[in-house]
Amino acid sequence: MPAHIELREITHAYQTDAGPLPVLDNLNIKMAEGSFTAVVGPSGCGKSTLTRLIAGLMRPDEGQVWLGGKMVTSPRPTVGMAFQNPVLLEWRTILRNVMLPLEIVGQRMSRSDQEARARELLSLVGLEGFEDKRPSELSGGMRQRASLCRALVHRPEVLILDEPFGALDAFTREDLWQTMARLRHEEKFTAVLITHDLRESVFLADNIVVLSGRPATSQYVLANTLPADRTLDDLYAQPATEMLAILRHQIQVAQGRAPAEPQEAAQ
Amino acid sequence: MTSLRKFAAPVIAILLFLAGWEWLVWVNGWPTYKMAAPSDLWPAFWKFRWLFLEYGWQTLWRTVAGLALAIVFGVAVGMVMGFSRTVRDGLYPLLVGFNAIPKATVVPILALMFVGQHDMNTILIAFMISFFPIAVSVSIGLSTLEPEYRDILRSLGASQVTVFWKIALPKTLPEFFGALKVSVTLAFIGTNLMEIISPHGRGLGALFDSGKISSDYPLMFAVLIALALLGIVLYYIVVALEKTFAGWAERAPG
Repeated sequence: MPAHIELREITHAYQTDAGPLPVLDNLNIKMAEGSFTAVVGPSGCGKSTLTRLIAGLMRPDEGQVWLGGKMVTSPRPTVGMAFQNPVLLEWRTILRNVMLPLEIVGQRMSRSDQEARARELLSLVGLEGFEDKRPSELSGGMRQRASLCRALVHRPEVLILDEPFGALDAFTREDLWQTMARLRHEEKFTAVLITHDLRESVFLADNIVVLSGRPATSQYVLANTLPADRTLDDLYAQPATEMLAILRHQIQVAQGRAPAEPQEAAQ
Repeated sequence: MTSLRKFAAPVIAILLFLAGWEWLVWVNGWPTYKMAAPSDLWPAFWKFRWLFLEYGWQTLWRTVAGLALAIVFGVAVGMVMGFSRTVRDGLYPLLVGFNAIPKATVVPILALMFVGQHDMNTILIAFMISFFPIAVSVSIGLSTLEPEYRDILRSLGASQVTVFWKIALPKTLPEFFGALKVSVTLAFIGTNLMEIISPHGRGLGALFDSGKISSDYPLMFAVLIALALLGIVLYYIVVALEKTFAGWAERAPG
């Protein structure tokens, strides 16, 4: 199957006062259309740089990002983004926040269609009845739900999630995972999820890429063997526990805390 | 109930203040050249009522003109400084130095530079004294904008101008209005500075000066009260504007 998103031999360094700081080193990742890829790795290994590269917000020093057979050289309206900080605009209602991307890329949609689309998404994530509230009136989890709606309102082909659930408490986070799974069921997109939470990656993703320490390269790729209709309970039984053990070991290797030789459990 | 309290509380505070003032002068038996009492001011207001209206209007429009200039210039400088680190680093010492100069020393310089242009000189002083808070607040508001705010629109291919109008500008409005509340009283001080110092001036400041020359102490106090009233009016106009354009920044009580 042709890759929908492909990162080819990406090498990148930031220019700092102390000289160049390499963050990515010959990174190669392929993502199939409609797939959900999680990227995990130690802190500061360049995961967020990756999202900005895929979004076209910056260009790598070397290598290319390919999206649907075209090389990414600038931002494109077929991308939706959500961050750890929901960055909702306080002076707009929730509905008008969700409609924001359509003001940039939705010119062909009528105003009533735009509104209907935003309302449809809001009810899908359980925010029906909150359309006219201000962001400050919502809880952190609800704000993040609204932020997901905003990322999807213009039906992007690619959804980029940069630790969107990282600042939420454990129970709210699990709620949001289920919301995300429901969105994936209803909407069509290829998703890239940056996360520190291994359970989250196993619950949501088809493939989990472990990045090495800085400068990061793709150290390990795990294909998720859980069924598509997985539940939260599945995370606490085989084969999820085994996958979590492998991922944990790989993170420790990336952090330089464990030797790289394959564990008995890893294939 | 809340609206009654909002209206009654300041009125009662002002009345108490006037009563205390009257009492203080009465109990000490001060003559008007030492301290005029509120009851001495009414005759002064009445005697010069047309001058108060005319000069009050002159002071008001010059202040508003100076402030308008300060807003345009301050926002422009703030925008450039907010978007460019180099410009910010370059301009800050210059701006701080300029702001540190007492504007009373600039008055004679301006008066010499533009001899006889009393309106323009007054507006210029009001402008010079009041643009600094606006420039600083706008530049801080823009430069502290979290990159994610930019990215949600930039990732869709939106231009910098769109990001500015849809996100950066509205997000900076609360800081802007905070600075404007400071600037409005500063501009007022600037206007009066010019009116008082420059010879043959006009406006309430000049009326104060003529009260001083003719030893009309109640008139001097009456001018001070008139200035305070104008200052309050201008301030609350800014507050009303803030409520309209940046009311979202105020959290609902409770």
